[in-house]
Amino acid sequence: MIRLEKRPVPSTRWMIATPFLAVALTMVAGGLMFAALGKDPVEAIRTIFWDPLFNPQFASYSRPQLLVKAGPLILIAIGLSLGFRAGIWNIGAEGQYIVGAICGAAVGLAFYPAEVWYIFPLMVIAGGLGGWAWAMIPAILKVRFHTNEILVSLLLVYVAQNLLSAAALGWLRNPEGGGFPGSRNLSQYPAAANPELIAGTGMHWGVAAAFIAVIAAYILLNRHVTGYHIKLAGQAPRAARFAGVSTGRLVVFCLGVSGALAGLAGLFEVAGPAGQISIDFASGYGFTAIIVAFLGRLHPVGILLAGLLMALTYIGGELSQFMLGVPAAAIQAFQGMLLFFLLGVDVLTNYRIRFGKREVA
Amino acid sequence: MKRRTLLASGAGAALAASLGLPARAQDGPLKVGFIYVGPVGDGGWTYQHDQGRLAVEEHFGDAVETVFQESVPEGADAERVMTQMALSGAGLIFTTSFGYMDQTINVAAKFPDVKFEHATGYKRADNVATYDARFYEGRAVIGHIAGRMTQSNKIGYIASFPIPEVIQGINSAFLHARKVNPDVEMVVIWVYTWFDPAKEADAAKAMIEQGVDVIMQHTDSTAPLAEAAKTEGVIGFGQASDMAEYKPSPRVASIIDNWNPYYIKRVQAVLDGTWESMHTWGGMGDGEVVIGEITEVVPDDVKAEAQGMIDAITAGEYHPFTGPINKQDGSVFLADGEVATDEQLVSMNFYLEGMSGEVPS
Repeated sequence: MIRLEKRPVPSTRWMIATPFLAVALTMVAGGLMFAALGKDPVEAIRTIFWDPLFNPQFASYSRPQLLVKAGPLILIAIGLSLGFRAGIWNIGAEGQYIVGAICGAAVGLAFYPAEVWYIFPLMVIAGGLGGWAWAMIPAILKVRFHTNEILVSLLLVYVAQNLLSAAALGWLRNPEGGGFPGSRNLSQYPAAANPELIAGTGMHWGVAAAFIAVIAAYILLNRHVTGYHIKLAGQAPRAARFAGVSTGRLVVFCLGVSGALAGLAGLFEVAGPAGQISIDFASGYGFTAIIVAFLGRLHPVGILLAGLLMALTYIGGELSQFMLGVPAAAIQAFQGMLLFFLLGVDVLTNYRIRFGKREVA
Repeated sequence: MKRRTLLASGAGAALAASLGLPARAQDGPLKVGFIYVGPVGDGGWTYQHDQGRLAVEEHFGDAVETVFQESVPEGADAERVMTQMALSGAGLIFTTSFGYMDQTINVAAKFPDVKFEHATGYKRADNVATYDARFYEGRAVIGHIAGRMTQSNKIGYIASFPIPEVIQGINSAFLHARKVNPDVEMVVIWVYTWFDPAKEADAAKAMIEQGVDVIMQHTDSTAPLAEAAKTEGVIGFGQASDMAEYKPSPRVASIIDNWNPYYIKRVQAVLDGTWESMHTWGGMGDGEVVIGEITEVVPDDVKAEAQGMIDAITAGEYHPFTGPINKQDGSVFLADGEVATDEQLVSMNFYLEGMSGEVPS
């Protein structure tokens, strides 16, 4: 007889071990799936996890790409994790990411073709403010009218997507683009571009910002009273109220920070890897970051590692598609398995598995 | 097997890659890559390109090896996928969606020895050719059938993006429907996607509710036909692929993109060393645009008229855009007997006289 016994306190050891266990289980289950599809499972797993890092033919290109792909995920997930810890659920980072990109790009394009140093800093500010403002809508509605921030922030994603279409087709459209949708290419406009800081490393300002955010979040949570309030509000809301934590202020703070970081991620992406505002600019980073936040246990360092792991499955997944002919849907299923196992084995953190009969109390 | 050889040539390739040089194996079969915007099972646009890939494999046998990647978003991800494909040793890469244009140009600049072919675009380089098909020729034929078949005099058109290629199709279909039925009106719904079965089905449903009984589409899935099949008397056309499973109704005819001859010709050119950058715009006369079987639901006289038009276009005796044709605002587009030039067609961003609504801008 196997049964679960609740631990008096969550096990720290398991909290660290479960992500690794989840990855291992995903490899096993994913390997079975690849085998069922007629692919060599060992080769498929190696292509996903090993080749992007160490294949002599690709790795020098793929490794920097890991940073490019992980940068926005980490930046957004760090912001989300603050709110998630306090029980404030911003599900609309995708929308804040889009609005940040539109605002930042609009500022840059407004200066076109001027070449002055302050354009890019202004774009960064506009991007952050754009994301922040978009997140303030659910924040203020929640504080004032007690609306549900999950619904409001999520639905605002669809509004943002329509804004994006309008911008790409209308007011931000490249006047020299022959009527085709999409803005001017910011990466070809040096004053507004977000290029690699050191060629061949993948490091752009967005990646740098992600690392800074990781450190800042770590300090905030461990050394600052706001971080203490966030943790307290999540773990013991009543106690937090008695301790004088203002729920309203916390909502505004958490949604504001996560919105601003998502907006920054959007700005760095549009000025760098994506290059332009286009109808397809939004690539789901805002939603994937939710997975990254939980995969990283809402801990800044965990999120850093989780973002890199997620990026690895994307890039390795692409490799396995054209190297081995694995269907795109199988890669998505593989990523889904990762989240599933992660949440599944989470039970070990809070419960102990007991074999044998229940003892009489 | 193929991975062994990759690893063997790894050391040199790593050096080449770090210098930004192509890492193409000179011996062995020519590796031909395809990048698809949708899944190969979309039953339309991507399916048809994949048929072309299979035709290349069948035609050249062991002389070529093909690889493909499906569902690649038109943004920063596409650039990475192309780069990795080039690094893996591909000598010729077909990028099969309009939105891959800038990425194709960027990646091609890094790999001067790899040939690129971009579908439906207009930017070329020494190692980037473009190709397209004269879909508007097919639209003329189904527009004629639609004008003769409609009972409600309302024809629906599910449009993807307001780019010239799509507007040509709308204008061509409308022009030829009006010619045989002056009371025809055209309802256009813009869905801003190439492939999204749910959105396409919603658009079809909305049209049917507005009284539309003939549906055309410039999107890639079979969802509009599936929606049409639910209502008695509503017909549609196969798009990009024959979509034969909806015969004899709602699918009464189809426009088939036949890329096979072009792909075989271009792969041959690379093998012969005669490949050159150029723009190819083939139509019915080249066998690139084919009208699929017109089913028995269409009366014999209409079928005969349609066949007559097919023969005339194929023989080069009739151009679907032959004046007198006015623009929507009443100004002259083509004088009596004047034939549209390719330059006029590739920059078409306006509706023709009689259309209601506006081209989104």
